[in-house]
Amino acid sequence: MTFAKRSELQNRILWSLVALALLLLFNLFFTPHFFKIEIKEGHFYGNVIDILKNGAPIMLLAIGMTLVIATRGIDISVGSVVAISAGAVAILLGGDLAGNPKYPIVVAMGAALLVSTAAGMWNGMLVSRIGMQPIIATLILFVAGRGIAMVFTNAMVIWLYVKPFALLGQGYVFGLPFSIYIVAFVLIVTGLITRRTSLGLFIEAVGINPKAARLSGINSKNILFWVYTFSGLCAGIAGLIVCSTVMSADGNNAGNLYELDAILAVVLGGTSLNGGKFSLIGSMIGALIIQTLTTTIYAFNVPPEISQVVKALVVYAVCLMQSDEFRSRVAGLFGKKAVAT
Amino acid sequence: MTRRLRIDPRNLPILVTLGLFIVMFGLGSIAFTNFFSLQNFLNLFINNAYLIILGVGMTFVIISGGIDLSVGSMLALSTMVSASLVEKSHLSPLIVIPLVLLMGVAFGVFMGYLIQTFNIPPFIVTLAGLYLARGLCYVVSIDTIAFTDPFYRAVAGLRIPVFGENFVSPNAVIAIIIVIAGLFMSRFTKFGRTVFAIGGNEQSAVLMGLPVARTKISIYAFSGFCSALAGIVFTFFTLSGYALDGKGMELDAIATVVIGGTLLTGGAGNIFGTLLGVLVYGTIQVLIVFQGTLNSWWTRIVIGFLVFVFVLMQRIFETARASAAKKSTPAQSKKVSPAESTAP
Repeated sequence: MTFAKRSELQNRILWSLVALALLLLFNLFFTPHFFKIEIKEGHFYGNVIDILKNGAPIMLLAIGMTLVIATRGIDISVGSVVAISAGAVAILLGGDLAGNPKYPIVVAMGAALLVSTAAGMWNGMLVSRIGMQPIIATLILFVAGRGIAMVFTNAMVIWLYVKPFALLGQGYVFGLPFSIYIVAFVLIVTGLITRRTSLGLFIEAVGINPKAARLSGINSKNILFWVYTFSGLCAGIAGLIVCSTVMSADGNNAGNLYELDAILAVVLGGTSLNGGKFSLIGSMIGALIIQTLTTTIYAFNVPPEISQVVKALVVYAVCLMQSDEFRSRVAGLFGKKAVAT
Repeated sequence: MTRRLRIDPRNLPILVTLGLFIVMFGLGSIAFTNFFSLQNFLNLFINNAYLIILGVGMTFVIISGGIDLSVGSMLALSTMVSASLVEKSHLSPLIVIPLVLLMGVAFGVFMGYLIQTFNIPPFIVTLAGLYLARGLCYVVSIDTIAFTDPFYRAVAGLRIPVFGENFVSPNAVIAIIIVIAGLFMSRFTKFGRTVFAIGGNEQSAVLMGLPVARTKISIYAFSGFCSALAGIVFTFFTLSGYALDGKGMELDAIATVVIGGTLLTGGAGNIFGTLLGVLVYGTIQVLIVFQGTLNSWWTRIVIGFLVFVFVLMQRIFETARASAAKKSTPAQSKKVSPAESTAP
């Protein structure tokens, strides 16, 4: 054959692109004005822009989560870390009605990011140094994190009136939502660091076989530690955007269910839960699929809570597709034809 | 020759938990008047009956090396379905309760089947189960449904006297029955021994000819049954069905199991320990209520911290045992069980 065989990862990304295309096609026919983009006051408006804008937090979480899952880990604390970050920035800006921040915005945002990075470091330490299973290690913050956020905010919803802070989640630059630029920046930096240096290879090596990675001279423990730390930082940035979008911090609901969305985005994007090869672009496509799905569900006036059912079913479908047992069974149904794969 | 008191190392975690409970209850009794009473002790059972039931199901899952994150949502779904069928469809509770229990079992079988047959990690299957059940709650109803049915009101109001003026509720009795049944199943049945064998080393369990596939599905079915039963107990407790019931309760259940000394890597655990874990959990809550100034969210933080301490303790025990095993039997390789395979 003349053309090179596609890798399994590329195959999976192709499938997720097909899924996204199908979803968009469905909307083209059944949702009126889905692709309509208007220009109001110099900004672009429309469903497609909304998908990018509202998908920003999940995309950020998915970037961090991709690296964690590539090491054969999982971080289920990201939703709680989003709440912590939102709570921290809200408490530091203060609910002053006149809109005067208690501390300078940069300081408040920096502190929130610092707290979330520390949360990530805590996860990283438990996984890499103490050797806990990632699900249990991050479970601790998943439970306690929301408690910490509630203690930060004194179990109240804090409303913010600091105008400049709204730029993060609601602002527009060159006609596009500001949050898109943040995602693009984090994505490009992460992509460069993992693909232009050997770091990405190391992360994949740890995910494929931690012992072999260690024996070949990779400091697996440090890789694990920094991967979780980075996931915490991403969750922190997502928390700032979430807080800025609604200009309030609700310790109970901010970032609720985000962990599933982020994991789903990564898995849809072709990175296997068994670790190893990862694709950041794939995860972004995954996040877009989820956000498009959510927007579609909204467009059909289905209560948003019910979208959980759809998402859960999508997770099951994706897990089944990734399962060797399932594929060999399906292959068995169609006789010899599929055995070659 | 003096003989030292020997403690079976397997019982050590339970003794730690028992000690923790006694210390906490003792501290409460010293710090607050009216804290030390039999009724206050019985209240721990009354107020945490649903958690005890969830914990028993979860203990089996964790001993087998798995995890079930869907229990909190399943509890909520069970309250919603009961409330909707009793109050909106006006079915008799005697039909509704078995139906709801059956639903729990079916949900567990579904998840167990996915985990066993397609080798999908338990946490991802049950995490999706968490969202599925929670979403289905909203399909049933978005609003709270209150019970007006006389049967539910009667059970909720029933008080069973113990030792004079003290009492327990039917919920507490159900919880105790489940604990005893769980203890019996884990100690004296083939099922129980197979669960321990799977958690110890699944590959060996298969090679020994144990019915691993059937048992694994049964474990999740039992956990589903327990969640549904916990939901029914919860309706007796709150007399309502609400889609947000039991939010985060899966973590409480896992926390109590861990505090009760069950190894998260599977293979070792004790139902009685889980009961003690729930009592510790309940005591923390009561202490925070008695203390008065602390936000109730502190319970979450303290529980998170306790889980951390206990998992840390388990790691230390494991490393100690592993190094001891290395000395006695060289080159003993252990097959990675599904739950462990998520660990790097």
